[in-house]
Amino acid sequence: MLSYETILTTCTYCGCGCGILLEVLDGRIIGTLPQKDHTITQGGLCIKGWNVHQFIYDQGRLKRPLVKRDGKFTETTWEEAIEEVATKLNRIKEEYGPDSICGLTSARCTNEENYIFQKWMRAVIGTNNVDHCARL
Amino acid sequence: MLDENIVSAILGLKLSHGHPIPFLFTKSSELGKWVFDESVRYPLTKILIKIAQKYPDQKIGVVVRGCDERSLIELFKNYQLQKDKVIAIGIPCSQDLANRCRCERPFPSEIEDGEFAKPVEDYSDIEEVEKLPEQERFLYWMSQFGKCIKCYGCRNICPACFCPSCTLEDENLIKPGGMPPEIPIFHLHKAYHMADRCIDCGLCEEACPMGIPVRRLYRKVKKAVKDLFGYIPGENEDEKGPLEFLGDGSYELPGTGK
Ligand code: SF4
Ligand code: SF4
Ligand code: SF4
Repeated sequence: MLSYETILTTCTYCGCGCGILLEVLDGRIIGTLPQKDHTITQGGLCIKGWNVHQFIYDQGRLKRPLVKRDGKFTETTWEEAIEEVATKLNRIKEEYGPDSICGLTSARCTNEENYIFQKWMRAVIGTNNVDHCARL
Repeated sequence: MLDENIVSAILGLKLSHGHPIPFLFTKSSELGKWVFDESVRYPLTKILIKIAQKYPDQKIGVVVRGCDERSLIELFKNYQLQKDKVIAIGIPCSQDLANRCRCERPFPSEIEDGEFAKPVEDYSDIEEVEKLPEQERFLYWMSQFGKCIKCYGCRNICPACFCPSCTLEDENLIKPGGMPPEIPIFHLHKAYHMADRCIDCGLCEEACPMGIPVRRLYRKVKKAVKDLFGYIPGENEDEKGPLEFLGDGSYELPGTGK
């Protein structure tokens, strides 16, 4: 087979978003390198960035949404999970008003995703209660 | 080389979204994306170890500058790569890069194309620190080491570092858990360990997110080894490093070459 390539991407560990290369040997990710010519990060990474490939194949990684029923987490589909969350949010909003809901977003998402999230909180839920992990 | 089956693959750089990134070319049709950009330096010989570990019987070509070739010699010596399984494709560095790197050998032994740049012997970086009074020199290094965020980038990128269990993570030598790591022990350990292996490529310093002049420290130690033992790492394949007699075990590690 013999194939080795590197994939140019962005570290997902924190909001800095350093430029990284994932090393792929025969279709399996085996390591991370810093992107040497990244305009901002210029080939530097922190210890998390250097090891960011490690969680990809981790046994404990969640790949499906889980729903808690009778005190136990069980796997479910995205449709069901979203349905469940939407129903509950709607109920809380009707019962206690939109300001009883708060949205917490993450530095591990992109700028665009965070924008959409705050828009959704304001326009759909109807509250200004939006915050971010960097401030928690 | 690929078509004539001299090598099964060539490790070099390809252009991806405008950036040169490491890639293993296995077909000549892929060579259209081949680039060489001397300002973007990746540790190709170190990457080759990972590939060779899985494919010890394949003969692979690798693009090398002067420093990469020196690292190959160290890796052969230390059984991390097998000499008869590697074909070095030599590329000389420009005079400009040689000057910036203060490189004493800015070219590999054989080059495919281009001109040899003149060797640069310039230790002004070390002299600048050496002329400081002792107390000030100590403070200079301690304030530099104090910036360390223990990313291990200087070790991870180094084409002459390969031990599976690294002294920098040995809790008997360096107290674990702190930030910055225990200084100056952390940096001195690395410097001592690299004393007869460092081929002075400067990738460590380029990888340091805190701008610590680690190469300056390694150059100082390397110079001491040269002055004391007349030994220069990466020069002679048959000459073992003078620190080997200390037998810390790292030289007996089974690599692909043994
Ligand atoms: S490498 Fe470190 S600093 Fe950079 S984005 Fe990843 S976690 Fe953040
Ligand atoms: S200059 Fe730095 S990266 Fe290069 S061989 Fe020496 S210690 Fe390793
Ligand atoms: S690269 Fe710099 S910050 Fe990272 S461990 Fe080495 S000296 Fe410390």
